[in-house]
Amino acid sequence: MPAGHQHLTREERIWRAVLYVTSGLVLFFLMAPIFAIVPLSFNSGTFLTYPLDGLSLRWYNAFIASEQWMRALRNSFVIGISSAVLATALGTLAALGLTRADFRGKGLVMAILLSPMIVPVVIVAVGFYFFFAPLGLTASYTGLILAHTALGTPFVVITVAATLKGFDENLARASASLGAAPVETFFKVILPLIAPGVASGALFAFATSFDEVVVVLMVAGPEQRTLPREMFSGLRENISPTITAVATIMILVSVVMLASLEMLRRRNERLRGIRST
Amino acid sequence: MPLASGSLKAQLRRAERMRKLRAFALVLPLLLFLIVTFVVPILDMLRLAVVDRDLAAVWPHVAQSIGTWTDRSKAPPPPVFEALATDIRDSYRARTLPLAARRLNYAIDDGRTLVFGTARRLPETSPDWRGTLIEIDPHWGDLKTWAAIDQASGPLTSFFLLAAVDRQKTADGHIVSTPSGQAIYVEVLTRTFKVSITVTLLCVVLGFPVAYLLATQPPRRANLLMILVLLPFWTSLLVRTAAWIVLLQEQGIINHALIWLGVIDHPVRLIYNRIGVYIAMTHILLPFLILPLYSVMKGIKPSYMLAAKSLGASPTEAFIRVYLPMTLPGVGAGALLVFILALGYYITPALVGGAADQMISYFIAFYTSDSVNWGMASALGTVLLVATLLLYWVYDRLVGISNVKLG
Repeated sequence: MPAGHQHLTREERIWRAVLYVTSGLVLFFLMAPIFAIVPLSFNSGTFLTYPLDGLSLRWYNAFIASEQWMRALRNSFVIGISSAVLATALGTLAALGLTRADFRGKGLVMAILLSPMIVPVVIVAVGFYFFFAPLGLTASYTGLILAHTALGTPFVVITVAATLKGFDENLARASASLGAAPVETFFKVILPLIAPGVASGALFAFATSFDEVVVVLMVAGPEQRTLPREMFSGLRENISPTITAVATIMILVSVVMLASLEMLRRRNERLRGIRST
Repeated sequence: MPLASGSLKAQLRRAERMRKLRAFALVLPLLLFLIVTFVVPILDMLRLAVVDRDLAAVWPHVAQSIGTWTDRSKAPPPPVFEALATDIRDSYRARTLPLAARRLNYAIDDGRTLVFGTARRLPETSPDWRGTLIEIDPHWGDLKTWAAIDQASGPLTSFFLLAAVDRQKTADGHIVSTPSGQAIYVEVLTRTFKVSITVTLLCVVLGFPVAYLLATQPPRRANLLMILVLLPFWTSLLVRTAAWIVLLQEQGIINHALIWLGVIDHPVRLIYNRIGVYIAMTHILLPFLILPLYSVMKGIKPSYMLAAKSLGASPTEAFIRVYLPMTLPGVGAGALLVFILALGYYITPALVGGAADQMISYFIAFYTSDSVNWGMASALGTVLLVATLLLYWVYDRLVGISNVKLG
C-alpha cells in the first residue's frame, strides 16, 4: 500500500513539525529571561529596555563600588559555603548509615531527613523565626547557617545515597580484612570512590543556600543580607540597572555549578565503570 | 554440636545487631540536628496555633473567674465584672494593657478602643462594677465581648484555626461562618488552589512536547537541548523573577515587541497582576514537570509504537492509544510535584503579583513579621502544612519521595 504509506509519513511529518515548533517556542520561553537580562547589564543607559544605548561596564562598576552589594556577595558565599560544608558532613554520614543496614523506624527517620525538602519554605522560615527569636539567634550568622544547613541536607542524603548504591561493599570488606580501621577504610577506600557524589551533594546544598531568600527575609538582620535578599528589596523599590549586573553574575555562578555537576556526573560514571555515551 | 551452632547463631545475631546499631549511629547526628533545628521549630509553630496565653498573662483574674460564667444566655455574674475592673486597672498601671488590647482586637472590632477607653475612665472603686462598666461602654453588656474574652482566656483555643477557615465560635459555643465582610481566608485558600492548578496545567501543556522531544532525539542532541532546560532550572529564583519584571513591565521588551508587531497600540499591563504571576510561576516550575516526565518517556521502548503501527494504527492513533497512556505516571508525578511546590509560593507572587494575587504564604509571612499575630500565622501555616503533607503522602504512594530527580 504505497499510497497509504505516503499518507502516514505526511501525517508523521506534520506531527513532527508541530512538535518542533511548540518545543522550540517553549525552550525559547525557558531561556528568554536569561537572554533578555544579560545584554541589558552591559547597557550604558539607565533604562531597562532595548535597543541598548551603548555598551559599557558601568553597572558592574556600580556593583563593585557598592558596599551594600559587596557585603551581600560576601554573605552569600560565607553562608553558602559554611552551610554546604556542614550539610555535606552530616548528610554523607547519614547516607552511609542508611545504605549500610535496615534498622527499626527507618521509614520515619527517612521522612524526617527528607522533610526540609518537602515542607513549604515559608513554614520553615516562620518556624525558625519563632524558635530562634527567644534564643537570640535571629539576625545572626549562626542562625542563618544552621537554617540553611537544615534545608540543604536532604539533597546531600539523596545524592550520596544514590552514589553509594553503585558502591561495591566488597571493597570496604577487603579493606577491613587487610586490617584497616573503619575510619581509615572510609577515608582511604570509600570516600575517594564516592567523592563525585559527595561533591555533587555539596553543590546542591550550596545552591540551595545561594538561592534561598524566604528564611533570610525572616531571620536575617541588615548585616546578614545575601544577594537574593538585596535583589528582593531592589525589585520592590525602584529597579536599578545594577540588578541586571548582579543577575548576570548569578547566572554565571549557575553556569559554573551546572558545568561542575555535569563533570562530576561523568567522573562518577567512570569510577563506577559505566561508559559515558 | 547443637550447643556450638546455638552460640554461633547468637554471635551472628549480636553481630547483626551491632551492625544495625552502627548504621543508626551514623544517621544519628543528622537526625538530632534536624530534630533540633527543624522538627521542633515546626511543632512549636503548630503549638502556637492552638495555645493562647497572651490575655491570661496580663488579665489573670478575669481569665480565672470567667469559668464561673455558665449561663451563656446572659452576661457573666458580678464577680467576673469585678475581676475585669481589677485586671484593667492593674494592667493599665503596669503598662501591659496593650497586650490584652491586641489580643481582644483579633476577635472583636474596636477591641483596642473599648479596652483603652474603659481604662481611662475607670473609677477607683464602685459598689456595682457591672453597672459602672456597662455605663462606661455598653459593649461590656454584650455577650459577644464576653465570648471573645472567654475564648481568649486560654490556655488552649480554637480561635485561630477556625479563623483560618473563616469560622468563629458564638457565645453559646456554636461554630458559624465569619460575616462576609471579615471573611478572607477561604478566598485566599481558593485563590492559592486556583493559581496552583492553572500553573500546573500550563506546565503540563508546555512541558509535554519538550519532554517528548528530549526523549526522542539522539543522545548528543538531547543533551544539548537538556542544557536549555537545566540552565533556567539552576538559575536563581530571584534572577528569573527580576528578568520577568524587566521583560513584562509597561515599557518592557514584550510590550515594545507587541506594539511593533501591531498586536496592540498601547502598552498593556502584564505585571503586578495575575498574568504576571502565571507567566513567572510557570517559567520557574516548568523544569519540575519536564524532568520527571522525560525520565518516564526515556523508559518507553520505541518498539511499542512500531508494534502498534505494524498492526495498522495511524501515527496519531498509536500515539494516543499506546504512547500517551504509558506517559501518564510521569505526567502525574510531575504535575503533583509542580502543584505542591506552587501551593507554598511566596516570593514570586509577592514580586510580580498585585494585592489580589497574594497566596497563603504571603499571609503567613505577613502575620509573622509585619503585623505580629503569631497565632494567626501559625494557624494558616498549619493549614498549608497539612495540605502539603497530604499531597506528598499521595506523591509518595505514587512515585516515592526518594525517587525525586535532581536534574
